[in-house]
Amino acid sequence: MSETTTATSAGYDAAEEFLGRQSGLQRLQTVLHGYPWLSPASVLILATVIFALVAPNFATLGNFGTITQQTAVIGTLAIGQTLIILTAGIDLSCGAIMVFTSMVMAKTAMESGMNLPGGLALLLGLLVGGLAGLVNGLLITRLSLPPFIVTLGTLGIFTSLTLLYATGRTVRSRELAPVLKWLGKGLDLGGFTITTGVLVMIALYAVLAYVLRYTAWGTHVYAVGDDPDAARLAGIQVSRVLVSVYTVAGLIFAVASWVLIGRVGAASPNSGIDANLDSITAVVIGGTSLFGGRGRVVGTLIGALIVSVVESGLSIAGLDQAYKRLAIGVLIIVAVAADQWIRRARA
Amino acid sequence: MSTPTDTSSALSRLTPVLEGIGLVKTYGRVVALDGADFALYPGEVLAVIGDNGAGKSSMIKAMSGAEIPDQGTVRMDGQEVNFTRPSEARAAGIETVYQSLAVAPALDIASNMFLGREERKPGLLGSVFRMLDGSGMRNKAKEQMTSLGIGTLQNMGQAVETLSGGQRQAVSVARAAAFGHKVIILDEPTAALGVRESAQVLQLIKNLRDKGMPVILISHNMPQVFEVADRIHVQRLGRRGAVITPQSVSITDVVAIMTGALQVPIEEQTLGPVRVPATQEGPIKSGLEEASAG
Repeated sequence: MSETTTATSAGYDAAEEFLGRQSGLQRLQTVLHGYPWLSPASVLILATVIFALVAPNFATLGNFGTITQQTAVIGTLAIGQTLIILTAGIDLSCGAIMVFTSMVMAKTAMESGMNLPGGLALLLGLLVGGLAGLVNGLLITRLSLPPFIVTLGTLGIFTSLTLLYATGRTVRSRELAPVLKWLGKGLDLGGFTITTGVLVMIALYAVLAYVLRYTAWGTHVYAVGDDPDAARLAGIQVSRVLVSVYTVAGLIFAVASWVLIGRVGAASPNSGIDANLDSITAVVIGGTSLFGGRGRVVGTLIGALIVSVVESGLSIAGLDQAYKRLAIGVLIIVAVAADQWIRRARA
Repeated sequence: MSTPTDTSSALSRLTPVLEGIGLVKTYGRVVALDGADFALYPGEVLAVIGDNGAGKSSMIKAMSGAEIPDQGTVRMDGQEVNFTRPSEARAAGIETVYQSLAVAPALDIASNMFLGREERKPGLLGSVFRMLDGSGMRNKAKEQMTSLGIGTLQNMGQAVETLSGGQRQAVSVARAAAFGHKVIILDEPTAALGVRESAQVLQLIKNLRDKGMPVILISHNMPQVFEVADRIHVQRLGRRGAVITPQSVSITDVVAIMTGALQVPIEEQTLGPVRVPATQEGPIKSGLEEASAG
């Protein structure tokens, strides 16, 4: 909008000029509306800079490597959670599915178990993860139950299945098949150690980012979360899309369990208790809307990294880890409030 | 513009594009359709009006596959059809625009236009990597908008939620026009819109008619009906009460026909076509409906 138009003609143009004028805040709102991952990205950079200034040992290649490794498990899990939240759903059972499939992979490959070859045990675990997701999806679509309730139920079911199946016993490192530990392998890049698990996570982000952005299925996932009625009227089979989303998410949770075994070097039925809430935290801080239809997986990766950076920074600075929960808690509320505000933007 | 008198022979040869004969639909003990007849001729705008509960939507749903009639026949171009799902009617070329602004707000204009019918890139990118042809769809969406005279929408990558109600409805109409090659049904398209936005949608309906596309307009708004309709189907008590033209009857009389206060003798009704269809060519069949990724 130029200043000259108001000078040449009064009245109507003046009103148009007024409507067209945007304050700095409105302009920010419009930009964030177009690029929702910008705000988490700035938070990540800000947090990194602050900790680098406060804690001298924070900004080292070695520590950055550690941060990526600490992000791998929740970061992978949160990819599936992002898919589900994009459809305006939620999955409280994701951590339980992850731990259950990790026990399936570990135990079926044990000599005292089914003694399956490691690769087959891995495939079986992936299959179980996909099936668990399928069960969630079918319960949600066939019985028309809210995802929160269904996954709260399956959270309990998968947790108890894990405990019963594992009989309370951890599968230790030397009992694990080599394939299952493969994602714990580190590659040293001049002080920066990246694990194969981190690489798998990054690859999975790239694949999902592509699928959501460039395929019809991705468009349908957004449409179903955005306005299910409009999607249905456009001829999209909403239930089918939802079932596929929960199934794919279940598969991703199973991949996360493989990353988990690699990271911990063991399979324990008692691990990953807060993983479900941590994954939701990463998604929400990453700028994906809990109301569906808005968000990018890259935001989730940034969200998961923010959590790890805060954790690592606090511990290197010698501060109480209780501050981490405080900081993350504030971030969640700020992120959701920002999402509500950004939604009201008009171009 | 041709008048009915010098073209009556051409008109008499026309077969209805969409025809319903003796349609019956009941919901439990409630009779929605009680032997309703209906005919839409090529190239015309047919308004369907009637009191609440007269069976307007039941009849339209029976024609568009949203409901299966208990009895009666539906014909397209003289051939009997039995739609059991809206997708079947859609595949046959019948598109519906709903009053509820059925668009996904966070998606952009092009994605909304191709929602459920996305097109993939040619070659390996499309077949193996399932990559959508984003720029191609945006270009086609743009062409469609231009051909319908929707000049206010320039950027097809704009999110629909940033548009006004009239512009959103324009996206719906453009989508229907892009894929409906036989009939476009508009169910109260202006009910959620203001005066200026309604005028835009009415103009779109006229543009569609000028391209030769038959349109069914369900509406409560008499001035709008009188502005665009060639013929007016008055639905009453689950049947066709009368079919008239805006020229033959006044708005007051139409209301009287709707309530049953006025009867129109069959010889004064306009059951046949009154408009010679414009030749259908060009952008309507612009190939948008051709290859779409399922």
